[in-house]
Amino acid sequence: MCLAIPGRVEAIEARTQTASVDVLGIRRKVSIDLLVDEGLSVGDWVLIHVGFAMSKISAEHAEEQLRILASLDEINEAQAEAEGYGQPPNSGNSR
Amino acid sequence: MKFMDEYRDGETVHRLSREISQLADQNRTYRIMEICGGHTHSIFRFGLSQILPGNIELIHGPGCPVCVLPMGRMDEGLAMAERDGLIFTAFGDMMRVPGTTGTPLDAKARGADIRMVYSPLDALETARRNLDRPVLFFAIGFETTAPSTAVTLMKAKELGVTNFFVFCNHVLVNPAIRALLESDDMRLDAFIGPGHVSTVIGCKPYEFIAEEFQRPLVVSGFEPVDILQSIVMILRQMNAGVAKIENQYGRAVSWDGNTAARKALDRVFETRSTFMWRGLGGIPNSAYAIREEFAEFDAEKQIGVRGRSFPDPALAQCGEVLKGVKKPVECSLFGTVCKPENPVGALMVSSEGACAAQYRYSDATTVLRK
Ligand code: SF4
Repeated sequence: MCLAIPGRVEAIEARTQTASVDVLGIRRKVSIDLLVDEGLSVGDWVLIHVGFAMSKISAEHAEEQLRILASLDEINEAQAEAEGYGQPPNSGNSR
Repeated sequence: MKFMDEYRDGETVHRLSREISQLADQNRTYRIMEICGGHTHSIFRFGLSQILPGNIELIHGPGCPVCVLPMGRMDEGLAMAERDGLIFTAFGDMMRVPGTTGTPLDAKARGADIRMVYSPLDALETARRNLDRPVLFFAIGFETTAPSTAVTLMKAKELGVTNFFVFCNHVLVNPAIRALLESDDMRLDAFIGPGHVSTVIGCKPYEFIAEEFQRPLVVSGFEPVDILQSIVMILRQMNAGVAKIENQYGRAVSWDGNTAARKALDRVFETRSTFMWRGLGGIPNSAYAIREEFAEFDAEKQIGVRGRSFPDPALAQCGEVLKGVKKPVECSLFGTVCKPENPVGALMVSSEGACAAQYRYSDATTVLRK
């Protein structure tokens, strides 16, 4: 839950305050409500936490964040989390 | 150990560790608390404590929201889960957290509809797809996570959803630090400040730590070089006899934080006059409650179960470990009765808890050794 996962903005939908983001090769919609003041544009990197883009970061910082997730053995968790965004469970799927 | 090769900045690490040895005054001790569970995980994973001189002690703070949730709150959430037809949603980390009546997974085995979500927005979406059933989201987390719950509630209101409820367990980092600083057995000299909480709140709210308590705090990133760099910054302050709030993690954290996130927090939440923390007891103003304007979504008001609190099991030393008075291995349950597969205390549940991190990496010698 405390993971912050880097993702690259692929498209922005201003009406719903969402962005399509490439997270670890997975394309997901995340909320950009918390970055309204940041002037987000396609190609920017963001740190994502529980389905929300939290801050705009540099490409180098994104790479570094991926490295730290990998070295803390949290990359699979991050991947599962990214895959889970926008997929509300239909029945109990707790693992 | 192969970790050294995985870690790109080995040279920098050694330079920093030499610098720390030079800065550390042999005639004194330095007791530094890292508040955030992410730092705890990193410190154990890389064996950072072992490359520090003996008079620098890293103490693992209360910054893992799962670890500080009292059993009574889990019991209340699970009592709600057993309501007819209710769908209980929570993050994956919550699934194995024990209350006195068991974990969410145990409740699921007893027939409750327990579902894991990765985002509060997906809990809201679950409500919109199941209009005939109440859907509960067990909200937990520090200021990093609370804005996402706030925005979700704002969306629920906008959409006019009537079957979505939030059981709010969001906690605040600064009141906990204040409580530690004011406690009788306080032995902390300085703090490594949380990275991601600070992206939201910024650095300014920590100023009381320097001004009122004359303790330095350095907001830090999560890589070994970040943590070591932060320790260098702390030692420099302490050697110079000053206490300031500094930001080592400028690439993600600004002095003022994220304004939009803080606005969402203010709009949806108010602080509770007090909240129970596992191991630390009641702490004033340390948690968020949902404001009256959003009361229709407040599970405590709408589903309501009696507020109860239970002490931790008698032999468990979670409170002492959280305060840095004891080390995980000094708890008599550590590794015998209390293990990650079957945690007694919440510090053993997630890899960000001091006990689980210690258990998991106990055989890891220094990863970054030359
Ligand atoms: S070993 Fe278990 S019971 Fe003891 S302090 Fe750690 S989490 Fe608490």
